[in-house]
Formats: sequence, structure tokens, C-alpha cells
Amino acid sequence: MTTKNNKFKVIGTRPIRHDGTDKVTGRAQYGADFSMPRMLSGKILRSPHAHAKIISIDTSSAEKIHGVEAIITGKDLPETANSDGEDRKVTLGELSTDLKYLREGIMATEKAVFKGQPIAAVAATNVHIAEEACKAIKISYEVLDAVITAPEAMKANAPIIQEDLRTTELGEKLNSQTNIAEHLQDKLGDVDKGFDESDIVIEREFNTSTVHQGYIEPHNCVAHWRDDGRIHIWNTTQGPFNVRDATAEVLNVSLSAVKLTPLEIGGGFGGKFEPYLEPVAAILSKKTGRPVKIVMTRSEELEATGPTPGSNIRVKIGATKEGKLVAAEAVLKYEAGAFPGSPVAAAAACVFAPYNIPNQSVDGYDVLVNKTKTAAYRAPGATNAEFASETIIDELAHKLNIDPIEFRLMNASNEGTRATDGTKFHNIGLTEVLEAMKNDPHYKSDLSKPKTQNKIRGRGVAVGFWMNAGLQSSVNLALNQDGTVNLTEGSPDIGGSRTSISMQAAEVLGIKAEDVHPSVVDTDSIGYTFGTGGSRTTFATGWAAYEAAKDLKNKMIERAALIWDVDSNLVSMNDGVLNTNGSKNKSMTFKELAIEMNGSGGPIMGQGTVDPKGVGKSFAGLIVDIELDTETGKTQILKVTCVQDCGKAIHPSYVEGQMQGGTVQGIGWALNEEYYMDRNAKMSNNSLLDYRMPTSLDLPMINTVIVEVPNEGHPFGVRGVGEVNIVAPPAAIANAISDAAKIRMEVLPMNPQAVLKTINENNRKL
Amino acid sequence: MSKKIHVKTTINSEEVEFLCEPRQSLLECLRDIVGLTGSKEGCNDGNCGACTVNLDGRIVDSCLVFGVEVDGKEVNTIEGVAYKDELHPIQKAFLENAALQCGICTPGFIVASKALLERNPNPTEKDVRFWLAGNLCRCTGYDKIVRAVLDAAEKMRVN
Amino acid sequence: MKWIDYASPNSIKEAVALLSNKNTVARAMAGGTDLIVQLRAAPERIGNPDVVVDIKNIPELNEINLDSKGLTLGSAVPMYKIYNNESITASYPALQDSTSLVGGIQIQGRASVGGNLCNSAPSGDTIPTLIALNATCKVDGPNGSRDLKVEDFCTGPGKSVLENGEILISIHIPAPSKGSGSSYLRFIPRNEMDIAVVGVGTSISLDGDIVKSVKVALASVGPTPILVSDAEKIIGKSIEDEDTLKIAGEAAKNAATPITDMRGTIEFRKHLCDVLTRRTLKIATERARGN
Repeated sequence: MTTKNNKFKVIGTRPIRHDGTDKVTGRAQYGADFSMPRMLSGKILRSPHAHAKIISIDTSSAEKIHGVEAIITGKDLPETANSDGEDRKVTLGELSTDLKYLREGIMATEKAVFKGQPIAAVAATNVHIAEEACKAIKISYEVLDAVITAPEAMKANAPIIQEDLRTTELGEKLNSQTNIAEHLQDKLGDVDKGFDESDIVIEREFNTSTVHQGYIEPHNCVAHWRDDGRIHIWNTTQGPFNVRDATAEVLNVSLSAVKLTPLEIGGGFGGKFEPYLEPVAAILSKKTGRPVKIVMTRSEELEATGPTPGSNIRVKIGATKEGKLVAAEAVLKYEAGAFPGSPVAAAAACVFAPYNIPNQSVDGYDVLVNKTKTAAYRAPGATNAEFASETIIDELAHKLNIDPIEFRLMNASNEGTRATDGTKFHNIGLTEVLEAMKNDPHYKSDLSKPKTQNKIRGRGVAVGFWMNAGLQSSVNLALNQDGTVNLTEGSPDIGGSRTSISMQAAEVLGIKAEDVHPSVVDTDSIGYTFGTGGSRTTFATGWAAYEAAKDLKNKMIERAALIWDVDSNLVSMNDGVLNTNGSKNKSMTFKELAIEMNGSGGPIMGQGTVDPKGVGKSFAGLIVDIELDTETGKTQILKVTCVQDCGKAIHPSYVEGQMQGGTVQGIGWALNEEYYMDRNAKMSNNSLLDYRMPTSLDLPMINTVIVEVPNEGHPFGVRGVGEVNIVAPPAAIANAISDAAKIRMEVLPMNPQAVLKTINENNRKL
Repeated sequence: MSKKIHVKTTINSEEVEFLCEPRQSLLECLRDIVGLTGSKEGCNDGNCGACTVNLDGRIVDSCLVFGVEVDGKEVNTIEGVAYKDELHPIQKAFLENAALQCGICTPGFIVASKALLERNPNPTEKDVRFWLAGNLCRCTGYDKIVRAVLDAAEKMRVN
Repeated sequence: MKWIDYASPNSIKEAVALLSNKNTVARAMAGGTDLIVQLRAAPERIGNPDVVVDIKNIPELNEINLDSKGLTLGSAVPMYKIYNNESITASYPALQDSTSLVGGIQIQGRASVGGNLCNSAPSGDTIPTLIALNATCKVDGPNGSRDLKVEDFCTGPGKSVLENGEILISIHIPAPSKGSGSSYLRFIPRNEMDIAVVGVGTSISLDGDIVKSVKVALASVGPTPILVSDAEKIIGKSIEDEDTLKIAGEAAKNAATPITDMRGTIEFRKHLCDVLTRRTLKIATERARGN
């Protein structure tokens, strides 16, 4: 469902994506498809231990293997401190990290802090030889105790992961060794008073497992350290400029010494902002003088890229008997991985965001554990936290005998509502999302009855909040003489954004989306563009396209004025036709001007750069029906409806696609995905066989309802659509399980074993 | 060390000969030797289906076939799905139904779907979901993929 | 993957010669869906082979014979040829259950029942079915051929009675008696593409409501597939009696010796043995009655 808006000719239509044919024929070139003459294959040797001192590394027998061209270890990476001894910070995606930590994550020097941490790397004439050489490298370790959950790592006697780490306690550095990188706190009103005023208070503690983005294309790159000193990288990345910058920092070269060509990208979801392979391949290339390609295996992906954190969350919410929320408290303990930088601050901003609660207190802890460093994953931090809060909101609604959507509407954040950090919400669409949920045929329908024995059914709802990102983007437009336009941009296209960006330019220019030819180009060929993430691409790069199109339009108006010899103020361009009125009543089409372009003064280009501030915050809700097998604890998803405020749907099919994809990732997170760590802190299920992402057979169709509350901060009203849809599913499914089995789940995943255990613990006879 | 092996096979109706190491998978041979990079590597252990090709009429994960095994056999890949000057109805349906986002799993899905519709021109939603369970997609939640396959089936039945 | 050599013999004799060559470590390969993964991920677990002997081109190993005595399956026959064969699935529904849930369609195009047996994974989905159906297998080797029961084939995780140079030739399943039915169920968290948390294969023959014979075997709850001998306690009892199912379920639970791992705890797995045993008995009974 989308609202009809006749204002637009292109926006809101569903053109075939520009890169579509290449992607259905196998022609599209993804990172791993790229190769060069004389290219070598690289392979990384990784720590088999979650926590261990590196005593010695012996590469001598590996070097003797025929076909091995170079071997490097952590010592081959440049030092990271500035001349003043301080370490520099690097921004990666939505998170930032210290350069020394980034470097250690790329290759360890003195100790390994997670299983899978790179220790050495080999370049050889083929990948099998490189792999054999890795096996021939002899490393001796002193294995240390490992710690893998935040509550354990926070204990006084826990093994220390980074010896130099000191807690930043509410902004102040503390002075003793710790695994707590940061403690942050937000307070609003008086939370103790709020709980005193509450007639009902519910408090629960939740534990959620580490989960992975699970993009199907593993990380890959080809690096060539050229003899002119420049480093050319071809890879798969969400952030070409982010990875360019980070790679340059790690290699200690100037930013522009690195040229990064992003090839097609096979999914990212936040996980492809990090320079895992690029510096390694570059150094191997420098050593050999040849291009080096590295492609990760799936187990490397799972063990050594950045999943989203496991967490321990305590949430307490109080309400009056009339159903008014008055107080809420949360303590969020998020696993950073082995280096600081979990998304706990974002979690703190999201946990109570959907509700107008006058008294709030949120504590967040960024905690190091002996696991791979976490990275962004679709609304990073929000899903864990809102799983907890939305479960309790549901429980309050049931205890107060108020319909759960009605209860949310009664307390929904609106214009002017204060968030936990005291800032006020402006121009948000939560009420509209909740109204759409309430009025959806799915919610109005009766829950269907189970068809077989031992099955029970339930329905749950939940909402999710995410703030979205703005950040910088650049777009160039060049007019072709046949009336089409070339669009160059720097945002890797992960789900049709070439088209949603081109459509915004086309709308301004009054031409068809098909008449715009978009290209995602390398970092030498376009202005700075922050990566594809934070739900920002159609919003920000689309806005840059809008600005570029306005620029092009103005220049075309000037050109027409020149041709007609009139003042440009007298020329207008609407729906792709230029007009001048007054004494010379003339008109020409967009295409006619294009044909005359070169003869009338030369090429015409438009340029747009933005750093937008008017980011539109997002809400989405989910209605889900489930069937539970009471003998096995297995949950089957029967029916799903995702409702999301997208501001304005530029290309509704791709908006629906984001909603469906996010919903299903949320379902996977809810039911089966987890890092199962053995007693040695190693991930047992490091394959797509045992890391169980949903298959087509696990799911029904995913209904979508697009709500359009235009974002006043964007020329076409766009809000980001990529992320918020993942937030509600775990809570909605937990609430559906509760509806069916009268139990409250406090863990993710809610796999059959966990559900059965909870049923048994509650002595439920079902 | 032993030698590379000469393989003579038919790929997308063309005779192809290549030399490979016995340890190289069909996927490696297609991508790194023959130059057909449309089949993708997602897991290299038969759990994602991104490398799906058709081998003598059956779909297989080409990461779990040795290149040397296809000597004398017939291999069909994503590169052979389109007609000379026109997309296959499944490819069109994927575009029209917006059934791809990042597109990395798309070749595998199209090769697998084609094999399904060749056997069962009128599949139910459940048939499609069962047949495609060996192909993982992380972007779409499968909704638009299933619709595209059902849509293609309908169009192919009409023609 | 380290270097391996590849051989593709056309006869059993040739294959046995290659497999028993003392100068190499050779492994037989049918569909390769387990072997290739192992060669990449953990070759040391299968003895670091340096030769792969592809047995798919040996005609006898691809034969399917179904006659009044039963079904004989060549060891390299891929799964899809079994579940697509209506004569087989009518007589051995549990075999259809098992073969149609191993991996996805892509895997079923290559993987064989023989390979599943030789791989001897505790979770092998066809093995409990073969045991429940009283299957035997024929093995050939440097010291000649021998026949043995499938239930005696596996000796540990990834280990079997196959001796150096020996090769599985075929599997024979006797013809089902009148009034019999069979079923295989596995429990997995997803609906496909998963490894059994527990698998149960069951065959039953009935005289009216009375159990004449029954055989239950379990996957994923011990180092090898497990035959639940105590399930035979229900012989002579009425299958319509809830207690009968309970006795069998309890027997399965007691026979199971699972470990706690990423796929489930001991407690959960034992519980599932009970649940699935009762469920397979119900399905097998329905099938025995021709419903």
C-alpha cells in the first residue's frame, strides 16, 4: 500500500533497476570476480585460540614451499602512534575505533585476543599453495583464559583482554585495568519517583546471542601497490571512502595514495565497512610487486569479521493502572568483541524511544570479550535493546488488559516528546505506523486454528525505532547529446539504490528514470561519499542527486537563454521542456537542447554535494502469527505483516524489499541464529549449515505496508528505509510465543530448546 | 607432484577444454580457468547454493564437484540461461518483480528455478520454497523471489 | 586443499586395487558432498588422503534392482533417483522420507545412500531408516566380498567396518511384509538444510491393531546410529493404546546416549527421541494401513 501522490512523475513508480540485466545474467562483476595478470592469491593464518600470547612465529618451512612469494606477520604493519605518542582514531561505518586496535585486529603482534585473529599471511601462485604454506607456519602460543560474555568480563577477577584499556566512566578516564571500555548514562526526570508513582512495574533480565549479518558474498579484495607509490584496491565494500581512509591510516600513507574501486557488492548490512583484508593484501603486494587477491572463506567470515554483539539487558518499566507509562530503567551490557566499540550508545538511544515516558534512566556498558570485534548490523544495537523493552511493554499491556497496539498508541512518542537524552522528537510517524497496524486486515482477522495435535498458535506485535544517518554524499551529472544523463556517484548499490538515486535526478529534470545512466565509481572519480549504511543512501546520495539535477537544470536554463538570447530569468524548465515567455515565446525539449549542447557552448554538467542535517527518524512495526509445537518447542512463522514509515517511497518495490529482508533477518535472529561458543571460546557452528539463517521453506510471504509521513528534512520527504525493519521481529515473535504458550522468553535465539526449557520451567502443561 | 588433468566438456552448449588440478572444484574451474564468474562462491561447502549449476540435467553445488569430474559431461551455468538476444522469462520475472537486491545469490536462484520449471511448469508456492531451500538469500526474505518464480511459471505456461 | 590425485575406475576390481595401494592413502568418492567438504576443512579426520577414487563410473554401483526379494541399491545411486522412483517409495516410504531431506535439491543430485552410510556420521539421515528396514550391505575388497547388516556397519563417528581397500558395493533392503509401514523423521530447527538434532527411523508390521514386529533406530544421539532393541517390547500390544507408544518412546529415550553440543543438550535430545519415536510409529502405522 502506498499513498498516491500526483505531484511526482518518476518518484513512486517502479522502473527496472539499471544494473538488473547484468545481475540476472551473471555478467555483473563482484569483488571476487575481479582478477589481474600476474595476480597472486593471499591467505591469512589465524589464531586457533581465543586468548593467547604469541611466543614465536617460524615461517622458514613455509617459505620453502614452491609457489610461495611472500609471508608477512604483524610486525610488517606500520606503527600506529602519532609523533606525540597518542594513538589516532579512525571512523568506520557508524562506529569509531583507535588505530592501534584496528591494526591489531588486522594482524596481531604480541597476543591473540579472539579466535580467528590474523597472525600471518602468505601470497602464493594459487590459493591452495597459500593455504598449505599457512599450515606450514609454526607458531607457539601461551594460551590464556578467555572470557566471552559481558557480565563475566565485567567481573573483578576476569582475564584482562587489553592491558592498556581504562574505563571511560561517564566521560572521565578511570585508572585501573578493566574490560569495560565505557560506561555511559542518560537520565530524564526522576526515575525513582516514577516507579513510586507506578501501579504496576515489570522487570526482566534478557540475554541475547552474537549474530552475524550473513551476507552471501564473503569479503574479498585485490590490492596492487604500484611502482609509482599509489595503491589501487578493488573490493567489495559498503564504504569505499571509509575503507580507503582506514587502509591509508593503517598503511601510514596519505589518503589519496589509495585508490579504491568498489566492485558490485553481495550484501553488507553494516558488516562491510571494515578494512579486514585490504592492508594485508597491499603489504603482500608491496613485497612481491604483484597484485594480490584475498577472499575470505565462510568460517573466516563468521569467526573473524564483525558480527553484532551478544548482550545482557535488564529492563524495568512502570505504568499507572490507566495505562500511562511513567518510569523506565535499562542497564545495557554489550559485547564489543576484543576491542572497544559496541553499539551500546545507539542501543541506549533506542531502548525507550517509541514511548513518551517522563522518567527514564539508561546505563550502557561497552565491554570487551574474547570474540571477534563487533561491527554494525542493520540498526546496530537497537534490536537487542528493543527486544527487551518491547517484550515488557507487551506484558504490561496484557496485565492491564489493554490491547497491545492501543497501549502503544496511548504512550507513543509524538511531536515534541522528549527522548532519553532529553532531545525532542520532531516530525515522526510512530502513531501513523501504529494506526496502520491496528487497521490492517491481518490484525483485524482472527488467529487461525492449528490443524494438528500438539500445536498452538499465537499472535504478537512490536514496534522498533532507529535514528538513521545523514552524512556526506556527492553526485555528478553530465548531459549527453541524445538527451540522457550520466550520473556518477560513490554509493555502492546493495539493493537498487542506483535506481532510487537516478529517479530523484530524473524527477527534477523531467526525464525518465531510464534516461539516467548511473555509475558507482572509484574514489578518484567522485567527491567524498560516506558509505552505504545507516539507511542513508537514498536519503543523502539521493539528495545529492537532487542538488546535482537542480544545478544541471539551472545550467540548461542558462544555455537555453543563451541560445534564445534572453535573460535566463525568463526561461523555465518543467517536465523536461524549456520555455521562455515574454517577447520571444519559444520552447524546446530537454532532448533538443541536449542535441544543441556542444554547438552552443560545450558540455553541461551538474554537481551536487550534501551533508544533510534533516535526518528523518524511523519507526516500523510487525504483526506476526506463529505456531508452536508444544512437544519440540519449535516455532513456525505463519503470517507476517511489516509496517514502516519510509517518509516517501522513491521506488516502492525496493522499499518493500528492505522491509521484507530486514523482517526476515529479524526472524532469523529471533529463532535460530547464534554464535554457539564451546568451552574454549571457539565458535562451534562456523558454517552456513549450523549458523542457521532462514531458508525459503522456513517462511511465509512477508506482507508490507508502507506508511508515508514525509520527512520535512528531505526535498522529497525521504526517510531511510534500510534498517529499522529488523528491530521489531524478535520482540513480536516473543510476544506471539507468549500469546500461544503463556510464557515470557528472556533469551535470543528463541530456538526450540530454549522455548521448551522455558515451558518446562514455568510448569506449563500445554 | 602429479600433473594437471585435461578436461573436455560442454559448457552452455559449447565445447570447452581446460587443464586443471584435480583438487580444483568445478566452481574454481568455471571462475578461474574458464572465466565464467557468474556462478558465485558463498560458502564453499554446499550450504548456500550460490554456485548452483546444472550438470547433466541435475542442479548441483559446483563447489562440491571436482572439475575433473565433468569430463564428457554437460554443464549449464547462469551465463547460458538467456537466449542469444533475449532474457529468459525467469530472468525477466526477477527484474520485474524486483526479486534481487545485492544480486549475489541471483545466478544460483535462476539456475535452480529454471530446473524446477522444466520439471514442474505449474508449481505451488510450497513447491517453489521446497525446491529453493538449498539457495540462501539474505537480502529479500525470499518473498519477491518466490513471486518471480511463480510469475515466470505462469508466463511460460501461457507461451 | 592439499594436492590430491583423482582416479575414475570403471570396475570394482580396479577400484579395489586403487584403494588398497599401500603407497597412497585413497578414499572412495560417490557424490562427494561429504568427502569434498572434509578434504577442504579437516583432511586429517579422514586420514589425509592423497588419492580420490571416484566410483560413480562403475556400472554395478549405479544399479537399482527392485524385485520380489526386495530392493538392491548400488552404493553410488544418488538420492533423487530413489525418491523419484514411485515403486521404491511405495514400498519403502521411510527411504523416501530420508533421501528427500538430505541437504537441498543440489545435494540430492549427487549424494548417495551408500556414501551416507560410508561417511558414518552419527547424524546420517538414511542410516536409521536402513536399520529399521533390516537392510544389509555388500562389501568388496582385496580379501573378497562379504555381506553384513547395516546396523553393524558404523563403529564410531566417521568410522565403519570398512577395512583398507574395501568398498561398499550395494545395499539390500528386503521386501516389506504385508501390513507393514515405515517412517523417518528428524528434528531440525529449520525446515530443511540442517543436521538432525535427533533422527528416528521406524518400521512396523501389524496384524489388525496388534504389533507383529517393530524396529526403531536413532540418529544423532550416540557415536553411531543406535538400534532401539527395547522397542520390541511393544510387540503383541495394540498400537492404538497410548501406552504402547509411550513404551516405545521411553525405550528410545533410554537407548540414546547423546552429548550436549551446538545442536542440543542431552536432555533435549533424549526428550526428542521419545517424541519422534511416537510420531514415526503413528506415521508408519498409517502407512501400514495403506492410508
